[in-house]
Amino acid sequence: MTGYWTRLDYNSWGRTISVPHEVASPRFPDEIAGLLSDNSGHTTLPVGLRRSYGDSNLNPNERLIDMTGLDRLIEFDRSTGILRCEAGISLHQLNQILVPSGWFMPTTPGTRFVTLGGAIANDVHGKNHHSAGSIGCAVRALTLARSDGTLQPIRSGDPLFLATLGGMGLTGVIVDAEIQLSRIGSAWLENERIAFSSVGDFFKLAHESTAFEHTVAWIDCAAQGPKLGRGVFQRANWCNDGEYAAPKKGAEPSLPLDFPQWALNRHSIRVFNNFYNWMQTRGSAVRREHYQPFFYPLDSLRNWNRMYGAAGFYQYQCVIPTEAAKEAVTRLLQTISASGQGSFLAVLKTLGGKSSGGMLSFPMEGATMALDFANRGAKTLHLMAQLDVIVAQADGRLYPAKDGRMPARMFRAGYPLWREFATFKDPKIQSSFWERVSKS
Amino acid sequence: MSAKTVIILGALSGIAEATARVHAARGDRLVLVARHPERLAVLQTDLVARGASRCETIVLDLASEPAPDRRLAEMIGQAGGNLDVAYVFYGVLGDQHADERDLAAARSAMQVNFLSAAVWCLAVANVIESQNSGVLIAISSVAGDRGRQSNYIYGAAKAGLTTLVEGIAHRLAKGKARALAIRMGFVDTPMTAHVEKKGALWSKPDGIAQKLVALADRPRGVKPYLPWIWRPIMSIIRFVPPAIFHRTKL
Repeated sequence: MTGYWTRLDYNSWGRTISVPHEVASPRFPDEIAGLLSDNSGHTTLPVGLRRSYGDSNLNPNERLIDMTGLDRLIEFDRSTGILRCEAGISLHQLNQILVPSGWFMPTTPGTRFVTLGGAIANDVHGKNHHSAGSIGCAVRALTLARSDGTLQPIRSGDPLFLATLGGMGLTGVIVDAEIQLSRIGSAWLENERIAFSSVGDFFKLAHESTAFEHTVAWIDCAAQGPKLGRGVFQRANWCNDGEYAAPKKGAEPSLPLDFPQWALNRHSIRVFNNFYNWMQTRGSAVRREHYQPFFYPLDSLRNWNRMYGAAGFYQYQCVIPTEAAKEAVTRLLQTISASGQGSFLAVLKTLGGKSSGGMLSFPMEGATMALDFANRGAKTLHLMAQLDVIVAQADGRLYPAKDGRMPARMFRAGYPLWREFATFKDPKIQSSFWERVSKS
Repeated sequence: MSAKTVIILGALSGIAEATARVHAARGDRLVLVARHPERLAVLQTDLVARGASRCETIVLDLASEPAPDRRLAEMIGQAGGNLDVAYVFYGVLGDQHADERDLAAARSAMQVNFLSAAVWCLAVANVIESQNSGVLIAISSVAGDRGRQSNYIYGAAKAGLTTLVEGIAHRLAKGKARALAIRMGFVDTPMTAHVEKKGALWSKPDGIAQKLVALADRPRGVKPYLPWIWRPIMSIIRFVPPAIFHRTKL
């Protein structure tokens, strides 16, 4: 039954906001126009698997269009790797279809439980950003439904296309997309792990490793004093052994309930980080790893977001331009470590100069760091405000997909094209995020 | 396993599509039957891209088809060969409280859910009996296990369908063809999109589809419930004495 129905279970991944929405769950492209252009006076917002952390996928007390029912392939040319499919298909589903035929997404974020439409609407990047750019670089065309009743094909390079890449669903509903896939010679990667002991060493390793297709580092944000900046660097390339089968394994565990708030404190975080450091550095340095644990380590625990308790959590992800990166990352780590509010997994990666041209795309040449903070109210917001100062001074910016609190001025400084973007926004589409950063 | 010929009546339902994907992924031949031509075409391209060795679509209003036996023979001809599996998926949930007053709507819901589905099941039974092979799978519902004030019009039609397919199973027992009525619990599909909060008893169509195909491959069990948890739940609900049952709002 297509139509909007009140639902209470539509939250974002960080779970800091819990509000009712009217939700429509279409399954066919012909249903979209009616959902977008009714004259109810309500605004709506297309959403996928709701892995954005903050409020870019929420439209409280208004409407959402859950796009996950539109998950079909339209055309898959196995000789050229050009794939056209509906936007609600998840990367999980796509991987299952693509990998056995020797193709892979041009880039993938750290979870496969995102939709293709959501990936494009946030112009996501992955461990191969320094070589492949963001996903927008591989999108050839889109079909966009708008509230004026139009259903238009838009091609790469078109201004509306550039507004839609990273446009968080605000320019219209992405109904389907055509992308250029990447060839893979195996479902496995050869992954080398190297421990490093300072931020400077990280940048040296990243610089030496540009020939590797995939690079990323985990960094211990609980470490203090001489251990500050320690972490584990990973660099990997696809194998070329024609082995596309997945290892056999049982059902993945799921976190069935919220952790109590006391479970997460500076001591448990330190213990976890020490344990993780030990896990990562034991055994041989070069390992053959299936793509799934390599790209999606956290996906092996469904609902891991419940680890942060019922109050939810924030993610803070910034990118700092190359010149200022080393100093800013060090200062960010010092601030976090002093606050005692560090997180389990902090990720550090250098980004390359290849740009999709998306008006609100997050990636730029430099270094990006992502950390989770359990929601402890004012204390947590205060810490993030301190981090904002460091990021702003270094001419960096924050990732809207992760954000649930950045001040409007921080967004506008980071994304100078936001006013141009606003001219492409669909008047009947709205999100909490946009409401917050666009109104003064 | 060699490719099977699978006919899906009511191919546009959420569970039907998930089931078609499981068959497509292993290269089966599919015949999709439903009313909406554009939507059938959308499914067809997807299922072929997912690996179906053939995918035919037939635009048909199943609930008002006057000659199901002839149409079924045509479908089998179009698919080329024997009928291996036929699923009867279609149905309408209806609006219990509105239909209590709007008797024409009540009649039409029962016409779709019971009468028309029953006749298609009989048509399939005749084919698989004479082939002495093949499986009929009819999607029924736990709603048919006991009449409850919240959905007994739907439930009564599904109870009728369950009984009919049980009879077909009995009739076919001496040969190799099989028939199963699946009592389905709550599944998160468009039919149930209006339910506000979905608790632990709700299943996803993908998991249900895997189990349906497993049952089509190896039809067994006299009274299959999907998911299995509904068997104990419904045995409790069936045995609650009326004096207590009538005080509930189930």
